[in-house]
Amino acid sequence: MGKIELKGVEKTFGNVHVIQGVDLVVEDGSFVVFVGPSGCGKSTLLRLIAGLEDATGGHIMIDGVDVIDQPPAKRGLSMVFQSYALYPHMTVRNNIGFGLRMAGVDKAERDRKVDEAAALLNLTPYLERRPGALSGGQRQRVAIGRAIVRQPKAFLFDEPLSNLDAALRVNMRLEIARLQKSLATTAIYVTHDQVEAMTMADKIVVLSAGKVEQVGSPLELYEHPDNLFVAGFIGSPKMNFATGDIAKKLGGVTIGIRPEHLDLSRERGAWEGIVEVAEHLGSDTFLYITVEGIGRVTARATGEFALKVGDRVWLTPKPEHIHRFDAEGRAI
Amino acid sequence: MARKISPAKTAFWTVIGWAAGFVVFFPILWMFLTGFKTELEAYSTPPKFLFFEWTTENYQTILHQRDYLHYALNSVIIAGGSTLLALIIAVPSAWGMAFSPTRRTKDLLMWMLSTKMMPAVGVLVPMYLIFIWLHLLDTHIGIIVLLCLANLPIVIWMLFTYFKEIPKDILEAARMDGATTWKEIVFVLTPMAIPGIASTVLLNVILAWNEAFWTLNVTTIDSAPLTQFIASFSAPQGNFWAKLSAASTLAIAPIVILGWFGQKQLVRGLTFGAVK
Amino acid sequence: MATKRSQSIGRIAVAPSVVLLFVWMIVPLALTLYFSTQRYNLLYPERSGFIGFTNYTYFVTNPAFATAIVNTLVLVGSVLVITVLLGTLLALLLDQPIFGQGIVRLMVIAPFFIMPTVSALVWKNLLMNPVSGFFAWIAKSFGFAPIDWFAQAPMLSVILIVAWEWTPFATLIIFTALQSLDLEQKEAAEMDGAGAFSFFSWIVLPHLARPITVVIMIETIFLLSVFAEIRVTTDGGPGQATTNLAYLVFQQAILNSNVGAASAGGIVAVILANIVAFFLVRVVGKNLDA
Repeated sequence: MGKIELKGVEKTFGNVHVIQGVDLVVEDGSFVVFVGPSGCGKSTLLRLIAGLEDATGGHIMIDGVDVIDQPPAKRGLSMVFQSYALYPHMTVRNNIGFGLRMAGVDKAERDRKVDEAAALLNLTPYLERRPGALSGGQRQRVAIGRAIVRQPKAFLFDEPLSNLDAALRVNMRLEIARLQKSLATTAIYVTHDQVEAMTMADKIVVLSAGKVEQVGSPLELYEHPDNLFVAGFIGSPKMNFATGDIAKKLGGVTIGIRPEHLDLSRERGAWEGIVEVAEHLGSDTFLYITVEGIGRVTARATGEFALKVGDRVWLTPKPEHIHRFDAEGRAI
Repeated sequence: MARKISPAKTAFWTVIGWAAGFVVFFPILWMFLTGFKTELEAYSTPPKFLFFEWTTENYQTILHQRDYLHYALNSVIIAGGSTLLALIIAVPSAWGMAFSPTRRTKDLLMWMLSTKMMPAVGVLVPMYLIFIWLHLLDTHIGIIVLLCLANLPIVIWMLFTYFKEIPKDILEAARMDGATTWKEIVFVLTPMAIPGIASTVLLNVILAWNEAFWTLNVTTIDSAPLTQFIASFSAPQGNFWAKLSAASTLAIAPIVILGWFGQKQLVRGLTFGAVK
Repeated sequence: MATKRSQSIGRIAVAPSVVLLFVWMIVPLALTLYFSTQRYNLLYPERSGFIGFTNYTYFVTNPAFATAIVNTLVLVGSVLVITVLLGTLLALLLDQPIFGQGIVRLMVIAPFFIMPTVSALVWKNLLMNPVSGFFAWIAKSFGFAPIDWFAQAPMLSVILIVAWEWTPFATLIIFTALQSLDLEQKEAAEMDGAGAFSFFSWIVLPHLARPITVVIMIETIFLLSVFAEIRVTTDGGPGQATTNLAYLVFQQAILNSNVGAASAGGIVAVILANIVAFFLVRVVGKNLDA
């Protein structure tokens, strides 16, 4: 079982309130992603759960037991670090089996479990190598192997894919998601990449400046963002915002419309603009258009949309996809 | 450099480089050669470079009549003992400062280094008196403790810099893996720190072996190391150059060899990390 | 990491060294201060008592004291100049393409690992002896009268020995720093059209300011306390010609058994070291503000 609950968790460094009163429930077996810009406190929150930092206030319950005063070794969690943090002087086998050794598991049993984990992660041919002789992707898998072999109550991932190149990152994303589902272990995953968040999570926790902005499934956050911050953070390219009269006319202090929800026309539409930059990806075209009264607006067209820099174009936001926000930035 | 360097340029600098090296190294070379001459040949003018009667009589005199081994053994005991003692105290200190730093840690380190900068004569009198009162003059334990304290700041400093280079998250991973603090030190920290500890030991052995203030003042015979033995040649009887050379060659050989291997450590240790 | 548990273990771990160094620092220094105010001579232990600053006046008004201060500053200053100049030149030389560079480097570095008593005696006898020494032979070969180093120029002789010992240190430090000069900086300078001399003046020399600063600071600390070389060659003489402050204190303590005077001298030495360190940090240490 691996249900984790945070109640009023706080962390201050000196005078800085790094984490401000976080309440959260992570259901057993779910994949929860902490996402947010740099410095929002997502890694700190993860480390508080792990026990690598002391919380200044609140409770952290794992399966109903408050572990706030317990050291990491006693919490029954395992962590995959951004830098993998493998033991350089030990073989892959000993790296993966280290936790079992610390728990007093005898050698035969240790070897069996390590072999199992290695097979799952395609690491069997590398078991006798040292981390220095492995590629980045292989090291990553060793780090994951080390985490799963102890059968912890939950996995904690701290931006594990940041140090990999783009192609590898996509592959590992799939592998991690698949692994978690098959093991049915709770996972908390920290990333600044919202694409990772959207594709891997059952539930996303959006954090900003130490506070939880919104918690929900990827689709919920995409379709019904609670505030300006979440609206602007989720979705790539970013949502377009407009204020002033244009917003008032459409029913809010600020309105937002995603690039993929703008209709493009060469003849007529609600907003008129000039194309500044056109990005042709083949499958999509992204146009960066300057619209008077709004500024830079991003629009997406599927397939090829032949417009050049300097062309005039008309944009119409799809009415059912307009997001409205009040003066405090909350969704109306 | 991806471009070729002209052979003429290399030849030019090679000649100059070897000439400069030879000039700097000459006293050592000359000393080495003189150790194999008879005393008569050692004093002869014009001096003989290579074509003289090579003999090992000086080495034999040094070893058998002048009891070189006694002094050499003392050097080993003192260098080794003070290094070991320093390590025992310094490893936990450096560990504490590297992995549980407080706001005061940097100041503490600077203060420790500043104790090294105090001139030894400032405490010569009380140390000498304390040694007399505690019957520590000319004992091994006395000079070992003294040198340990004198070099402790450098040992702590070097270990600190090496410990700091160990990635923090590997130790955190050990903690997540269920290691207690003690197991973390034994299974993860120490194996990773061994090269750094070895370098520190190397540097400290060199410093203790060559130390020539306290060893000259608080040892006389029983615990006198090689620095004292060589110093006795300053009041010689009769011709002594060849014997001095042989004794000196033996005395410096281990350290010169260690020093050749320890150049990087030297830079780190003696510049307090200011130069990488 | 920042957990309470680890912090308290850390403090306990550091404690022994702090206590030991504190005791090592404070107790002897306090004793020195105490003795400096006492009349105490080991040869006449019955004559004792508090005499305030008398020891200091005695020590400082002794003509040998002024000489010792001058000698100390001359020794330190000269060795600094020689080692930094030579060290820089040698470091630049080592940076050039030399066949067998490793061996040349070893030859240049070796003197630093020689114990001071060996260096001093080898120089004094094998090299500087006016009759059979190597320098004497060279002088005679060119038709000059050989110099009686320790009689005619004792201070210079000591300076030469100490400079020979410490030049490798300067060379090694400056050479290490030279190696860290980014290759890309060199290439960028070439693209910018910098000739060898400009490159040296504008890029290399400023880069070397930092290691040279370090060399000066570290050497000064050790050079203030030069002792063994003087002890085995000149015993401070002829007269007081090669007596530095450290040797003067040693003479009072060990040779005259005058604990009181020697203690006063020791305190003076500590004050001098602090003054020098203060100026060093002010003037030279600015380079190190990284």
